[in-house]
Amino acid sequence: MMASSYNAKEEDGHPPSGSSHGGAGAVKSKKPDNTAFKQQRLPAWQPILTAGTVLPAFFVIGLIFIPIGIGLYVTSNNIKEFEVDYTGVDIDRPCYSCAMNFSWNSTTPCLCSVEFTLQQPFESNVFMYYGLSNFYQNHRRYVKSRDDSQLNGDRSSLTNPSKECEPYRTSDGLPIAPCGAIANSLFNDTLELYHIDSNGTRNAIPLVKKGIAWWTDKHVKFRNPGGNNNLTAAFHGTAKPVNWRKPVYELDPLDNDNNGFINEDFIVWMRTAALPTFRKLYRIIQKKSSTTPTLPSGRYVLDITYNYPVLSFDGRKRMILSTISWMGGKNPFLGIAYITVGSICFFLGVVLLIIHHKYDTRNNSADIPS
Amino acid sequence: MTWRSPLALVRDYLQGQRAREKDLRNLVSNLPYEGLEKRKQPNRYFLSNAIKTTKYTLLFFIPMNLFEQFHRLANLYFVGLAILNFVPAVNAFQPDVALIPICVILSLTALKDAWEDFRRYQSDRKLNNTPCFIYSRKEKQFVQRRWKDVRVGDFVKVVYNEIIPADLLLLHTSDPSGVCLIETANLDGETNLKQRTVVSGLCNTSPEFEPESFNSIVVCEKPNNNLNHFKCYVEKPDKEKVGAGIESLLLRGCTVRNTDHAVGFVVYAGHETKSMLNNNGPRYKRSKLERKLNTDVIFCVILLFTMCLIGALGHFLWLQALPSVPPYLVPDSNGHLDSPSLSAFYMFFTMIILLQILIPISLYVSIELVKIGQIFFITNDADLYDDDTEVRMQCRALNITEDLGQIEYIFSDKTGTLTENKMVFRRCSIVGTEYPHKENAIRLALLAEVDLEEEVIFNQHPQPPQTSWSLDAEDTNSQDSHRRGSRCKSKVAASAQSDVAFSSPLETEVIPDRKLLQQISRAESSSRRKTDPYLDFFLALAICNTVVVSMATAQRRRVSVSPHAWQTNNALDTLSNVVKNAGCIFTSCWRKPKRNRTVSEGSALEDDSFQPPLKMTGTVNTNGIQTYSLHTPSQGDKPAATLDNLRYEAESPDEAALVYAAKAYGFTLLARTPDSVTVRLPSGEDLVFEVLDTLTFDSNRKRMSVLVRHPITKEYVLYTKGADSAIMELLGTPYAEHLMTRNIAADTQHHLDCYAKEGLRTLCITKKVVSDNVYESWLVDRQRALAAIDNREELIMDTAVQLEKNLSLLGATGIEDRLQENVPDTIMALREAGIQVWVLTGDKPETAVNIGYACRLLEKDDLVINMSCKNKLACTSILDCTLEEVRRYSQDPRNVDTTPDISLVIDGCTLTMAMSPDLQERFVDLAKRCRSVLCCRVTPLQKSRVVKVIREKLKVMTLAVGDGANDVNMIQAADVGIGISGQEGMQAVMASDFAISRFKHLKKLLLVHGHWCYTRLANMIIYFLYKNVAYVNLLFWYQFFCGFSATAMVDYWLMIFFNLFFTSVPPIMFGIMDRDVSAEMLLGVPELYRTGQGAGQYKFSTFWVSILDAFYQSLVCFFIPYLVYMDSDIGIFTFGTPLNTVSLFTILVHLSIEIKTWTVVHWVVMFGSVALYFIVTLAYSAICVTCNPPSNPYWILQNQMADPMFYLICIISTVVALLPRYMFHVLKNSIAPSPLVQARHLDRLDSSTKEQWIKEWRSFRGGGQVKRSRLSTPPSPTLENSVDINPETPTAAENMEDDFTLNVTSQRPVHT
Repeated sequence: MMASSYNAKEEDGHPPSGSSHGGAGAVKSKKPDNTAFKQQRLPAWQPILTAGTVLPAFFVIGLIFIPIGIGLYVTSNNIKEFEVDYTGVDIDRPCYSCAMNFSWNSTTPCLCSVEFTLQQPFESNVFMYYGLSNFYQNHRRYVKSRDDSQLNGDRSSLTNPSKECEPYRTSDGLPIAPCGAIANSLFNDTLELYHIDSNGTRNAIPLVKKGIAWWTDKHVKFRNPGGNNNLTAAFHGTAKPVNWRKPVYELDPLDNDNNGFINEDFIVWMRTAALPTFRKLYRIIQKKSSTTPTLPSGRYVLDITYNYPVLSFDGRKRMILSTISWMGGKNPFLGIAYITVGSICFFLGVVLLIIHHKYDTRNNSADIPS
Repeated sequence: MTWRSPLALVRDYLQGQRAREKDLRNLVSNLPYEGLEKRKQPNRYFLSNAIKTTKYTLLFFIPMNLFEQFHRLANLYFVGLAILNFVPAVNAFQPDVALIPICVILSLTALKDAWEDFRRYQSDRKLNNTPCFIYSRKEKQFVQRRWKDVRVGDFVKVVYNEIIPADLLLLHTSDPSGVCLIETANLDGETNLKQRTVVSGLCNTSPEFEPESFNSIVVCEKPNNNLNHFKCYVEKPDKEKVGAGIESLLLRGCTVRNTDHAVGFVVYAGHETKSMLNNNGPRYKRSKLERKLNTDVIFCVILLFTMCLIGALGHFLWLQALPSVPPYLVPDSNGHLDSPSLSAFYMFFTMIILLQILIPISLYVSIELVKIGQIFFITNDADLYDDDTEVRMQCRALNITEDLGQIEYIFSDKTGTLTENKMVFRRCSIVGTEYPHKENAIRLALLAEVDLEEEVIFNQHPQPPQTSWSLDAEDTNSQDSHRRGSRCKSKVAASAQSDVAFSSPLETEVIPDRKLLQQISRAESSSRRKTDPYLDFFLALAICNTVVVSMATAQRRRVSVSPHAWQTNNALDTLSNVVKNAGCIFTSCWRKPKRNRTVSEGSALEDDSFQPPLKMTGTVNTNGIQTYSLHTPSQGDKPAATLDNLRYEAESPDEAALVYAAKAYGFTLLARTPDSVTVRLPSGEDLVFEVLDTLTFDSNRKRMSVLVRHPITKEYVLYTKGADSAIMELLGTPYAEHLMTRNIAADTQHHLDCYAKEGLRTLCITKKVVSDNVYESWLVDRQRALAAIDNREELIMDTAVQLEKNLSLLGATGIEDRLQENVPDTIMALREAGIQVWVLTGDKPETAVNIGYACRLLEKDDLVINMSCKNKLACTSILDCTLEEVRRYSQDPRNVDTTPDISLVIDGCTLTMAMSPDLQERFVDLAKRCRSVLCCRVTPLQKSRVVKVIREKLKVMTLAVGDGANDVNMIQAADVGIGISGQEGMQAVMASDFAISRFKHLKKLLLVHGHWCYTRLANMIIYFLYKNVAYVNLLFWYQFFCGFSATAMVDYWLMIFFNLFFTSVPPIMFGIMDRDVSAEMLLGVPELYRTGQGAGQYKFSTFWVSILDAFYQSLVCFFIPYLVYMDSDIGIFTFGTPLNTVSLFTILVHLSIEIKTWTVVHWVVMFGSVALYFIVTLAYSAICVTCNPPSNPYWILQNQMADPMFYLICIISTVVALLPRYMFHVLKNSIAPSPLVQARHLDRLDSSTKEQWIKEWRSFRGGGQVKRSRLSTPPSPTLENSVDINPETPTAAENMEDDFTLNVTSQRPVHT
């Protein structure tokens, strides 16, 4: 009796487990899956920011940043840059009279010359910029005031420019090409550079006007309507921007590839500057040979056809000559910044080292029994 | 269809309105009007049974959904901005583009709503088309229709296992005694069967019900949502009124069980049914964090306005400073330029549009996503899953997960929450003699141990003795094995799927006390057996209850048995079979103890002596007329394992415990119908008592009685059981005068006090013999009360009180309610976590204090303040005194470090006084200083009031946890309500925000998930605000260089994408998955929970620090590129590209500083975001030749990426921007590490050393070891060191609503 009941108990012990398993199989158990994800037990890296753990990072940053900074600084210092302000705000400046007598409507260009001396010769290619200051090309309404599809050669936009161009959309009933305020305010000074020999003769320095715009702008974004030939016909029925002296198809009559919308000076201008004081690439002075510098030191004269008024907004106009490195123009800031940050990191590294010795050791000894 | 004038229609509508609004409704049968057009129908004004829970209709979805969505202020704000963008004077972007974000958000939400609504529509349609039977006059029978065809006034037949389509007034059932059993699980989750009876005296008891003969008027009250209450009377043609209550109402959504078919009259249909009225969607709570977030969003708005104001002012000054009109100032189309002040005014609005993302549009959406993710993880936690009941943790409120991490006060119910609410009969006292049931106690202790090991599974089924094997062996065997399987399973999977609510051997088995058994056998054999108090005592235990008897094998066969088979096999028949087959019952009964390892010897000895004489005869008269007869002896050839088949389903677990106890002594409750109770005596006789009336329990009387007619003596006997306080006053005076009975009362009282000290729940059992003429006169009153419409409940109660007096005390019982597993441990942990735990219970102070010690709510060396006073004056002085003492103690310099652990025990009526407005402050102040508070004898309303007062006065986060209907108020009053899906139905769960199945789950829920959810969400929100400010400020700084003209230097699409795609996923993932400290650590060191309490991580200062950091970072991100590109030929959008990139890097690396745990998901998301940024931007820059003027990003990023400067800028800006924050973290973690950081350090150790450290940490912080203390050996209540300022013993009426929670109903005044 006892034995049998004992056995029965043993038997009884099994079926429930079996049946419960069977039940789990047949009826889906509501028990949550025991997966690492659902139970939030995924293997994980748990960094703790303490002096001890981040020490190396600081030193590494310091060690990397300082050389980069020095490199940048040196590179920047090797870039030669020269700048002439030809606005003519002061009475003794050469362009004073031009600046004062300006009006958009005058037909006769005002000419003036500025002389300057380069102390050092400029090696390799020299980039010639014009710089404007206090010119807010980034004003929201100004930035909007253009029609990209018109500039892309779209015929319907040519005859019916976007509303964004208002009020420079039509002139006397004709659509303006290129429309908008940006095009309308195109920088139209002409700059010519002459080197003055020791004997006083002026040698014109050849200025290349192509290759100053982005390749993609020139070849993709900007297109003349109906190809580059016979622009006059293509632009028939359009008006020139109000402030312009000549229509768009006469921007560079000599070179079909640089005329109309794909005129590079125009393209450069149309890429609106980010900041109110900016420079825009004007010409490139190509390196002649390896022996002679592109611009030897000495006296130069800059002939300016003074068209562009800047006094209405307290602006300044400059001509900038600059050599170029891989990091662009001259700018010592980044180099200094890298050196400074690198040094700070290094210094912080040292501070952390001290802290580490003072605190972390205590923590570690307290936390981790050896 | 005849044409009707509009006026008539309107009138009809108004009449309908009025008919629905009336307090009483007169309903008549639809049958005479069958086939008539609608306006002739008498019940046309009442809603039909078709339901529609959808919010929208197909046609009006878009406008309605938009309307709904625009209730959100944020959406309105963004639409306003989008509209503002269409005003030419102020627009910042292309108008149509600016619509995109808001459209995306709106359409996503609309899509979600539409899908949800569609699902509702589908389920509605399914429900509406469910078939049901409606009586048709034409066809003279019940015909199959669909639910939606059911109308008020119809006769509906529901068959076995069918769901009831509408609220039906039960008129007829297949059961001859007019009973219908329903299961209300669909409604409230309670799985025990509820008994419904037909409205008496309406239908002649012919076997078939004829609806056409029904010509009475049913008058019922206006529909309400009270599931436990219904008022109605039926007016017969002869003006006789028959009252009916909830006991005759079949509720829509319930299932008919154990009854072949039932016919009811539809009183409420469709949306007016009680179940639909109870069905109000998910609750919407606002979490504390979200409330705080809203104030921060307001600060963001202020910040935005300030920035816009600066912009407008700057623009004005800039315009003023211009000497004349420059070429870059574009006039409007007429060539006219606005004056500076006007442009500045316009500029203000333009700036708002430009800087709008400072108010995070995506934050709210992100928070919702994060919470969904958090809930996913909480519900999927295997530790919060209860294997026994197969129930997962449920999150019912979707948006307060993070509140779980901030709880400061927990208010807990006792019964069913701290304890199992599985009642175990422990001791009893009969006529002044105590029977301690030592064997039973030993068995329980053993069982408890086994239970803890969770290894041995007890099989409580007796092995049918070989000797009694028989012809039916096969049958019985299969039955038995089937049952055994299910039983074993139900031991493992205790009660949720519960065939039977109280099924573990713990409750069902009681080992009889040896002395008591002898006493009974003596009584049995004695001559005055009819009036022997011992027999009466057990008869009372067996009879005086509302337990439903059912068969384990026969009940609820849902699919296996066809209704036809069941038809001939209803309860009574089965019972008669049972009786016929009876034999060897006691042999098998007494064999049960053999399963017990230690006690079997002792009880085996008694086997023989208690082998009852198997002399049984009889038939059960199926006509329903109860007779008593001796049954013919069964020859022992028919085994009677069937007696074990009996299952007792009780509304309250202690009733079941008492019935099982009676059964152990041989008084087996065999059957219960509304009119009769069959009890088998130890001698084997079956006594059939005619039940004359049942005076059900209510919380005012705190007792229940059953009036029966004794089959032998033919006396009217009233058995009453109830709380001792309610009973002791009612003891008859003649007995009181008599010295011996006085002693009985006194002795019993003494025993009761002992029981209470042991933590047992006590009940007194009394008997009263009612003389015939008293009964007759009482019956008249009673019937009048039953038929009454006005004050029906009060009258019924009065009649009950009338009868329940001059009782004679039979004895008392002590029932143990065992503590749930790990309760002391959980309470300790919660307390260490800085949470004050209050226990609010309806029990008496002694019981409560005892449980308090058992669950370590009170400690031995605690200072226990016992507050209990009768009047307010005393209460005031006690409060003052105590407060003064406590204050002095804490101010005493000697006690600086040794803060005493003060605990407060307060009873219900003192609590009421203490909570009165003038004493409230003092009480709260005192309670604040107490480590734990125990409130005894509190009513549900008091519970919620306590919660409210503490919550409002102390401004703390409160959590209420409870399992019964009496906790609903409290659960709803607290910030976080937690329901325990236990024994007492689902009302608490339905009202709760979270539902767990065991109290111990609270520990992980709060300490781990609460902490995680809170830190995650708090950090995510701070990060989100930071992110927006940091990004928007780039635009703001740029304004200083573009004449405050609201130029954006980043393409607008990229700006949208930046927030929508590039930087949205990492914070969401951060909010869902980050894990600052591991779960083991949080459980091991509950102290870590404190970081979330109070203001927690999301402080006001945190917000401002992160905003300042955002300012700094944006300054760096802007000015480093600015200084690099100063005076160069950089274009606007070429300049914007590195800014955007730097910002992305900064924002993402900032997040990675905040991320504490890097899993695969983190890496993928982080690198994915960066990759996505470059891929999308590169693709966009490559494709977009003339699109999206003016930004036109064509080839810009490509150009930039070819430039080494771009990378140099990105690297240094990111480093500089994040250096301070990084440094701050490093220094803080190194010099003054927070406990969380220390925990993270420990986390990295291997598990064994970790455990060791956790232990040391805890002991160092004074946590101490947590011992498991069990109730079986409770520490004696050490009241020696308590400040016992109350000499009076509590005499207030004992509150027993804990015992009978289901009966707590709100009593509505009746209007006629």
